[in-house]
Amino acid sequence: MENAGYLLAAFAIIWVIFFAYLLNLLNRQRRLKKEIDALKNTLKEKTG
Amino acid sequence: MKRYILFWVSLVLMLASLFLVFVYVPTEKEMGIVQRIFYLMVPMGWLALLSFFIVFICSILYLARRRDSYDALAYSSAEVGIFATTGALIVGCLWAKPIWGVWWTWEPRLTATLVLWFIYFAYFAVRSFAGEEARGARYAAVIGIVGFVDLPIVALATTLWRGMHPGGVIFSGGLAPSMLLTLLVSLGAYTVLYVLLLVHRTSVRQDEAFINSLKARLG
Repeated sequence: MENAGYLLAAFAIIWVIFFAYLLNLLNRQRRLKKEIDALKNTLKEKTG
Repeated sequence: MKRYILFWVSLVLMLASLFLVFVYVPTEKEMGIVQRIFYLMVPMGWLALLSFFIVFICSILYLARRRDSYDALAYSSAEVGIFATTGALIVGCLWAKPIWGVWWTWEPRLTATLVLWFIYFAYFAVRSFAGEEARGARYAAVIGIVGFVDLPIVALATTLWRGMHPGGVIFSGGLAPSMLLTLLVSLGAYTVLYVLLLVHRTSVRQDEAFINSLKARLG
């Protein structure tokens, strides 16, 4: 099991990077959808 | 709906890849357990190249047709690509230390991958410095096309210069069937992950553009 630390570190780093990136994208998407809905409502109210 | 399918396919393939890497594939005799990093390092390198290839194609299309959707796709692919290239460099260092005894060496493929990372960096830097959005997109597209020169160098580095990198073993038939299967499943898993990330990132980019257009209409 010599050097197992390098192997685990490699997988852990990559998984953390990509999982954090995916979570960040999903959160941003959710926030943007809310902003789009709010802006559409404002536009609707403004134009009647 | 398609995104959920993509997510589940990606998850199943990732779990299959992990099973193959940590349970199924035999330990390589000379390098020992650390050789399994190979099944992560090759997919990271592949994603770095695939991402930039998409950047290259979309950059040509953007300059030819000036459609924002091509720029959004190129930008998104570049963002996923810089993560993959960073991952490839980190994993490369974690491979180099126990195998070669150093964290970094100016080996042809590692060096060409580092150059690719700088090209990705330049792709985003010109957008920041250009000021205007459309001008930044044009400059970035030029880098996306010119930077493509580095791709064949990264891909063929081990063949052209015979460095210490193990990449050449894949095409020379030096992999046992179980190792080849593990590598192919890992490549498939990370490619589906790339598509998933690309779809979500492009969607974010397009939503941001849509918000800007709504704000412009509101004044």
